Amino acid sequence: MFILLAMPVVQIIIFGFALTNEVKNTAIAVWDQAGDPAAVSLIAEMEASRYFEIDKAVSSREELDKVFRLGKIKMALVLPARFGSDLGHFNKASVQLIADASDPNVANTLTGYAAAVIGDYQVRITQERRQPYTIKPEIKMLYNPELRGAYNFVPGVMAMVLLLVCTMMTAITIVRERETGTMEIMLVSPARPLRIIMAKAVPYFLLSVVNITSILLLSVYVLDVPIKGSLLLLLGESFLFTLVSLSLGLLISTRVASQQTALFISLVGLLLPTVMLSGFMFPIENMPLPLRTVSRVVPARWYYNIVRAVMIKGAGLATVWKETLILTGMLLFFMTVAIRSFKIRLA
Amino acid sequence: MGNGGVKLKRKMYAVSVNNIAKSYGAKKNVTPALHGISFDVKPGELFGLIGPDGAGKTTLFRILTTLLLPDKGTASVDGFDVVNAYKSIRRRVGYMPGRFSLYQDLTVKENLDFFATIFNTSIEKNYDLVKDIYAQIEPFSNRMAGKLSGGMKQKLALSCALIHRPSVLFLDEPTTGVDAVSRKEFWEMLKRLKAEGITILVSTPYMDEAGMCDRVALIQSGRLLEMDTPSAIIRDFSKKLLALKGPDMLTLLQAIRSHKDVADAYPFGEFHHVVLEQDDESGLLGYLQDNGIAFEAKMAVPDIEDCFIQLMKEER
Repeated sequence: MFILLAMPVVQIIIFGFALTNEVKNTAIAVWDQAGDPAAVSLIAEMEASRYFEIDKAVSSREELDKVFRLGKIKMALVLPARFGSDLGHFNKASVQLIADASDPNVANTLTGYAAAVIGDYQVRITQERRQPYTIKPEIKMLYNPELRGAYNFVPGVMAMVLLLVCTMMTAITIVRERETGTMEIMLVSPARPLRIIMAKAVPYFLLSVVNITSILLLSVYVLDVPIKGSLLLLLGESFLFTLVSLSLGLLISTRVASQQTALFISLVGLLLPTVMLSGFMFPIENMPLPLRTVSRVVPARWYYNIVRAVMIKGAGLATVWKETLILTGMLLFFMTVAIRSFKIRLA
Repeated sequence: MGNGGVKLKRKMYAVSVNNIAKSYGAKKNVTPALHGISFDVKPGELFGLIGPDGAGKTTLFRILTTLLLPDKGTASVDGFDVVNAYKSIRRRVGYMPGRFSLYQDLTVKENLDFFATIFNTSIEKNYDLVKDIYAQIEPFSNRMAGKLSGGMKQKLALSCALIHRPSVLFLDEPTTGVDAVSRKEFWEMLKRLKAEGITILVSTPYMDEAGMCDRVALIQSGRLLEMDTPSAIIRDFSKKLLALKGPDMLTLLQAIRSHKDVADAYPFGEFHHVVLEQDDESGLLGYLQDNGIAFEAKMAVPDIEDCFIQLMKEER
């Protein structure tokens, strides 16, 4: 009853305030090759807008690639060496906007906003100096030049499918045996909790291996989403995430009283946060602090980051070690609690 | 009894229950299930726990199979404490719960295989023990367990409980919901298992099955009313028992119950059994004749069911 009444309130608040696709204080990098007054004032203009926040000043191509791969920034503004002098001599200059197009929607929005800020700047200096200035933004979509949606949803779907299959299916396994009574005999046997729990996890793990393979095959050969990074790393990370989801499902199953509760918890307590807070549908940066904090405990958020980095951006373990470590920690935690919560008696 | 005494007792008996009590529910809403029950079962004995539904039989079995913790008292199975040494007990007992608890979506063969595996043994190793029972369901070995008839389900469950050659077998109401022929067969199987040296504890609500046990305990509302061999219990029945029948059984029963000489009267097969307060039945028979109720009467030999009905009545 409480849930029925509380759900719409929570959803309205979350969707209305927290989950927006608007651009707001997005972290960008600046590579100022010119360093002249015109460049400085354009950068100041960007910084002043409430849309962008300059997170990083880079000074080389490699550095730029690195910050993109780490996923710290979503866009970079590159001012060519001759920016100021071009503007002064020819009244005409160009800047480069490089956007992380692994999420094409966000990339489009960001470059649109940035072009608008640059346009405003151009109009203002034209009026101030009474000369027709033109600043032409050249847009480059990194990782996904054709802006294909598949680049974004393949990692998201992988996170969701694995979580669904693994968590929801395992969440009912142990509690179902309690409901049907088979657990009663199983307990009066030498089978230890660890063995029972492992035996429940193995079939779903194998099922997930098949799922991972088919998703990857489909995305490469049907959707034309290439695997830029190491396939082995991608598979390894996927197996890790599968195990995290499995142990989470088993943890639920050892702690609830009925299959219904298990399904409800995995649906409302896991599926919704995964869809909304993993960064797949709504950028995490735009969320208010409480939701960003909650998103940190959503395993799919870390996995989604890993898949995007490895598959789309071609990053290696050096880039995703933090996410990998977090998932490993979650796995150990869920597994330990699941085994300890396993009831060795009926009541 | 001192600690040494308890240890000695544990060694002597296959099952030893000392003052076991158990209640369900929290603080305000406590439902007592067992009020300090004690009994011992000798190795190789076929011990029956007889009592109506809700008497506490299942609770007691679950405590002995280490599935529940007792609130008070101690119990041991095969010398192992049910609380501390639960792992040892779980390795050596066979348990058949009252509810059919095998995997319904596995076949007969798969179920047996499964339970053999979790007990780290194989069907082949202990096939001789289950052969008699399993042979009867073997023709259906590829059928789903959920699609078996009641009697076959029960045979499969017993096979699964035996596949690791347990030293003590706990059967919780194994014959409930099973037809009369299968019930008889089932008791024959238990006798053969007893001959193999397996201690068997069986609970049942059917009093007529008590006669098949070496010793029986009558349990009601969590209390042990009587415990002895079936013949000793019958011997203890001291009152005179009559069997009466007539064309109008209901009127007859009401008339019998209204007479002062009658201690108890209850339908019993095609007769009414009447327990008299005194040895002389002429008062009752004359009273029935005076009231114009047709009947025929004969002396009845009490059986175990009569004894239990009296014991349960006295307890109330």
